[in-house]
Amino acid sequence: MTAATGQPAVDLREPAGWRRVKNQVATTAMWVAFAAVLVPLGFVLYTVISKGASAISWTFLTGGPIPPNVLPAGTGGMGPAVIGTLEITGLAAVMAVPLGILGAIYVNEYGGNRLLARVVRFMADVMTGVPSIVMGLFIFSIWVLHFGYSGLAGAFALGCLMLPVVIRSTEEMLKLVPNALREGSYALGATKARVTLTVVLPAAIAGTVSGSLLAIARAAGETAPLLFTILTVTSTNANVFSGANTALSAQIFANATQPYLGAQSRAWGAALTLIAIAFILLIVARFVTARFTRFSS
Amino acid sequence: MSAVAQADPAAPAGSAHPLSHRRPLGDRLFAILAAAAGVLVLVILALIAASTSQQASSWFSTEGWSVFSVDWNPGTNSFGAMSYVYGTVITAAIAIILAVPVSLAIALLLTEVVPRRWAQPIVYVIDLLAVVPSVVWGLWGILVFAPWLQHIYASIASGLTGIPVLDSLFGAPVSGASFFTAGIILAFMITPIVTSLSREVIATVPAIDKEGAYALGATRWEMITGAVWPHSQGGIVGAVMLGLGRAMGETIAVALVIGASPVITSHLFAAGYSMPAVIANQFGEASGEFRSALIGLGVLLFVITIAINLVARGVVERSSRRKRGA
Repeated sequence: MTAATGQPAVDLREPAGWRRVKNQVATTAMWVAFAAVLVPLGFVLYTVISKGASAISWTFLTGGPIPPNVLPAGTGGMGPAVIGTLEITGLAAVMAVPLGILGAIYVNEYGGNRLLARVVRFMADVMTGVPSIVMGLFIFSIWVLHFGYSGLAGAFALGCLMLPVVIRSTEEMLKLVPNALREGSYALGATKARVTLTVVLPAAIAGTVSGSLLAIARAAGETAPLLFTILTVTSTNANVFSGANTALSAQIFANATQPYLGAQSRAWGAALTLIAIAFILLIVARFVTARFTRFSS
Repeated sequence: MSAVAQADPAAPAGSAHPLSHRRPLGDRLFAILAAAAGVLVLVILALIAASTSQQASSWFSTEGWSVFSVDWNPGTNSFGAMSYVYGTVITAAIAIILAVPVSLAIALLLTEVVPRRWAQPIVYVIDLLAVVPSVVWGLWGILVFAPWLQHIYASIASGLTGIPVLDSLFGAPVSGASFFTAGIILAFMITPIVTSLSREVIATVPAIDKEGAYALGATRWEMITGAVWPHSQGGIVGAVMLGLGRAMGETIAVALVIGASPVITSHLFAAGYSMPAVIANQFGEASGEFRSALIGLGVLLFVITIAINLVARGVVERSSRRKRGA
């Protein structure tokens, strides 16, 4: 910092006392701010793990149907909700990730500085700010009213939430790919589609995969868009394309406000399951980034 | 998509590229496919606006300006949204007041204080906050945090009895599930996004400005106020607005901890309600005019958050472009 460096002619002594104090107060305040988010985060994770661990068992994760609120802990299981979350989030990812990557390819590789590309990039940013409940109402209005509740409708809503996130994170990764790579393959006579798919995208694949995994992790925990699209039921519906379905997040919401200890215990167990799914995706994303990244900023 | 066709270098017969006669069909199809995926974003946004407004039109047309009245009673078919709008604004304001100083402090900690290899673990911790699902915040909020806060609220309220302004803000009635509890939970939830956006903005401050401040003998804090702040002001305003948009649209956590009581009161420790929370809680039993009103609340929410996001993204983009140019 500004410590004296041994040039006797110039006065490089430490700043006056009150200035130093102010500096130290500011630095301390920054660490206090970090503690102010660290403590609640630790508290939440500790509560979810300690309360959830006692609820979770193999039958809790796979058994079903989900029992009525009044039944004590240990009866039935969250199996239908685990299956619902996996199939709805999976279907959403299958729809949103390829479209998001294609959209990013358009914005970065084809659109360049053209007005349409700039508008798409800007509106994708804006779309990440659309509240998740509005996505739920949107799919309700456009799909559920005509075709009924289904896992597919829930997947549409989650997919709409994931799409702009995938576009923006993929675009950031495509930007990092050096132009020399593109020019080299054009010089060999490759078409633009071929260059994009076999040279540019593979070079950016680590960041693209981890960005998509993060988007999936966020979507898996969403509740609001599912309330109006899947109509939370209590038994397993293996057919994601038709009929009402259920999900972990929706079950937590339904059980959280119940006065019955059994219902609360099931909510904690479902919360731990949901957090575990999200964290596994997060860790895989970090691993992919750390292990396979070729170009970084 | 016409823009893509225009870009086709082989389209005119100008023979500027004697080596390639026409781009192969597959190549052009891929370009069209990519453009279609990009345009999908615009299509979805337009469809959201169109389909939800259509469902809500009967609410807007029967109520007229009384959509902003305070009278919400499904029994008498009157649906005024004012108390929900009020709750949304109040909880978002509390969240911003709590989250912004904390987020800025963490962003400065990451960029100016800790060495690079320590910064990464801190970023991971902040990212964990963002991955905890909304409904888990809500579950923890209502079963653990709110009962604990209720005691604190009660002792604050009894201590402030009779003091003019403070009593009407923090006095009785108190409830564990309240505007303030919702505000605190929202603050936790928006801290990651405000922190990461501010960090990006602060990272664009040129090293030469910072070194100049140090060379003049500034302490780190003086360097921050003198070199970092003037440079990143605009972008940080944008980051705060994006946090505000998130806070206003957040649903499930708020629905669980706000107390579900549609009142307009200055008492921040009292139970309240918000627009997204009432949609989540009452949509299941709604039909006809009632459902139209709830979807209408969603339309209001969409319009508000889109407006905030448009302005905020504009601010962020302009300030980052100016910084790059400088």
